Amino acid sequence: MTVLPKNIIPCPHSSFRRFGGIIFFLMFLFLLDLAWGSIRIPITDVFNTFLGKGSDEIYSEILINFRLPKAITAILAGSALSVSGLMMQTLFRNPLADPYVLGVSSGASLGAALVMMTTGIIAGSAGSWIVVIAAIAGAALVMMLVVGVSFKVQSAVSLLIVGIMFGTIVSSIVGVLQYFSNPDAIKLFVMWNLGSLSAVTWEHLKILTPIILIGLILTYSLQRRLDGLLLGENYAKGLGISIVQTRIFIVIITSLLSGAVTAFTGPIGFVGIAVPHIARGIFKTASHRILIPASILLGAVLILICDIVSQILAYTLPINTISSLFGAPVIIWIILKRR
Amino acid sequence: MPILSTDSLEIGYAKRKSRNLVQADLNLKLFQGEMVCLIGPNGSGKSTLMRTLSGVQKSLGGKISLDSQDISRFSQKELALMIALVLTDKIEVDNATVRDVVALGQHPYMHWLGGMSEKGKEKINKAIRLAHLEHKKFTFINELSDGEKQRVMIAKALAQDTPLIFLDEPTAHLDLPSRVDIMLLLHKLAHTTGKAILISTHELDLALQAGDRIWLMSENDGIETGVPEDLVLNGTFNQVFQNESYHFNTTNGNFSMNYPLTKKVNLIGDNMRMYWTLRALARIGISVEPDAGTKIEITDKGWTMDKSLYPTIESLLKALA
Repeated sequence: MTVLPKNIIPCPHSSFRRFGGIIFFLMFLFLLDLAWGSIRIPITDVFNTFLGKGSDEIYSEILINFRLPKAITAILAGSALSVSGLMMQTLFRNPLADPYVLGVSSGASLGAALVMMTTGIIAGSAGSWIVVIAAIAGAALVMMLVVGVSFKVQSAVSLLIVGIMFGTIVSSIVGVLQYFSNPDAIKLFVMWNLGSLSAVTWEHLKILTPIILIGLILTYSLQRRLDGLLLGENYAKGLGISIVQTRIFIVIITSLLSGAVTAFTGPIGFVGIAVPHIARGIFKTASHRILIPASILLGAVLILICDIVSQILAYTLPINTISSLFGAPVIIWIILKRR
Repeated sequence: MPILSTDSLEIGYAKRKSRNLVQADLNLKLFQGEMVCLIGPNGSGKSTLMRTLSGVQKSLGGKISLDSQDISRFSQKELALMIALVLTDKIEVDNATVRDVVALGQHPYMHWLGGMSEKGKEKINKAIRLAHLEHKKFTFINELSDGEKQRVMIAKALAQDTPLIFLDEPTAHLDLPSRVDIMLLLHKLAHTTGKAILISTHELDLALQAGDRIWLMSENDGIETGVPEDLVLNGTFNQVFQNESYHFNTTNGNFSMNYPLTKKVNLIGDNMRMYWTLRALARIGISVEPDAGTKIEITDKGWTMDKSLYPTIESLLKALA
């Protein structure tokens, strides 16, 4: 009588099949995102426009100047935030860590808030570069503080707490600004804080795209160190991994990814925390070699879904609300399924 | 040639102003193919010594030589090629199989993009075999028992392919069969793989049986090293573990509790029952002297006292109470 192993030997082909399925789903959603909106553009017109045979001027205008940058932003934001969340969860060995946990996005919010509430500049208008630059500056400032602290801190948990505290301090300052601002400025900031993929123009994308791509490539190059961190920092040290150096790399790359996204789109919640868990659930592995590309693809998928959903209704809903409404039940489902 | 040796080593903690010296003038040697057990009361500095020898903590003075080179010359990565660690840290990884965790042992040898050579895969499989985990190779690690999890960490240390393996309390939190299993496994590994294995443990009895050498650490009198039986017979164990409440019993290699002994009996009989009768009598405060008034005789049928026969120790103790 042959004794079967308790787990069937994992077949690498099943991973390929799953990746293939997700990529197809992603392409489908991409097209859907382009086609649906307040004006339904037929899919054939979408293809025609891309092939240069676009006949309808209005459709082309909408597609090329609004929908395409929005969809690309969605993919970039989704992948950047998911992968940041994955790194945060691995570094802090905490399944609830998200890309905002180091306070870097709060720094971006502070930069945006300062500009919007003192000068009243609307994000998305001609002057919006000032908002973006201010947000990047705010994110960079907090990032440098966190990196500085990374050198001195004993354990990853301490770094986590410091990061959360930075976020709290910065958020309080934003609260003070709101308190003293006029209602219009407050509304502007609140709208910014609800997140928007459509405020991003082609000009913006010229900056955002390379930053995100570099960040994603750097993340993939860290895969071995991230695997080494799985057993904790003491074991990682024993394997020859430099803990301080690794912490700093992770902090910088996460800040780059989440800070850049937040500076252009405003904060988008839940993608960073939910997608790594979904990736783990689908691929059933702890290896970052698989989880990093999986998070990239699934993050893009999730945000595209949120974007499509936010347009289905009569009024366009802000992306941050949809992603939270969508993300929280997903997490609950995952946790219930595990136990 | 020892694979690791110390020369007048001083260990402890140094902050900016204060210096806390835990042990000084340590001259220790570790040889390949041997299992050494580091034993000592809590607070004597076992963990400090382990951390200092593995390069994680700085020494306060003296020298540590690894393969005849000063340990300070080794980078963290180079140390990882010399010493593998098994700690008491809790392992909580989702979706990692036994094979995934053991594969982490090959981490220092892997390409930065995560690829593994055929040789590396062989080492992982060999480590899994040596730790008797083949049938659990693809089981998720959080489905294993504590004893099995510990064997996985030992397999990972084996896969790291280092001449030295340090284990910190490898049998803590394990049930007795697992404890015996682990100590036996480590002894066997030292001799079959030729590695030098150093364990810090409270497992006195098993350490005395499984260890090739003992490093006996005391709070104030440094470290005595030697073969376990020598350290027992020359009284070193008695000295180090001296205490009001217990003493080290040379006869059975365990600690015997010091019960206050108020009464005396005379005990005759010379089979195995004598030893256990002595223990039971001590618990109720009775010592055994030849000149005592009451006489108990051990026979095949039981215990005879004052012409009455008691078939069990329980009945004897009740009568004496």
